[in-house]
Amino acid sequence: MDIRVQKDPFDLGVEANAFAERQQGMGAVVTFTGVVRDLGEGDLHAMEIEHYPGMTEKALKKIADEALSRWNLGDILIIHRHGTLKAQDMIMMVATASRHRVDAFQAAEFLMDFLKSRAPFWKKEVSDKDADWVAARDEDEDALKRW
Amino acid sequence: MDVLYFAWVRERIGHPKEKIDTNPATVMALVNELRAREPRYAAAFADLSALRVAIDQELSDFDAPLKNAREVAFFPPMTGG
Repeated sequence: MDIRVQKDPFDLGVEANAFAERQQGMGAVVTFTGVVRDLGEGDLHAMEIEHYPGMTEKALKKIADEALSRWNLGDILIIHRHGTLKAQDMIMMVATASRHRVDAFQAAEFLMDFLKSRAPFWKKEVSDKDADWVAARDEDEDALKRW
Repeated sequence: MDVLYFAWVRERIGHPKEKIDTNPATVMALVNELRAREPRYAAAFADLSALRVAIDQELSDFDAPLKNAREVAFFPPMTGG
């Protein structure tokens, strides 16, 4: 298990390759990456991500532990950035490895569902006109019920 | 105990962290104590359904006991991922 909370950018290709290469006997690697949406129309657009140092790492570990107990996984990687990001920047990634693909796919979805509303990150969208905290969506909370 | 605020709660209250010399029985008792301090606290804690609380870095509830808690944090619903 590899969990990183960092300000710096990460290289999706390098991370995905390194993750895949260190697995043994795993036939499936699934990755998901979250990207700052470009709102278009020439708006200066940035995203500020705040988090709760200490709790963030604990919450991510708890979510990853739960995934490991539910699915037959070889490994989990979670990288989540904080600080100021701009459009097209990668916010976060998860990678899962398993012998067969179903476990890796389902675990990646589970990780994302819980990471969205149970890991202490808060996003603020900044345009050239205003800055607004992103509101949590009811669908995100509802998504937890399927697990 | 240390009381921490994040996101718009932090902005509304005006600082990220403060040490409060108090010993409330529950989170709710702490909230009421804070509400009585100043209007900006009352405003931040006006609608508890818009807030979440963590006790010692574990997500908790407003009716949870605060016995021996070192750190209590208030924040809006999380928006990670």
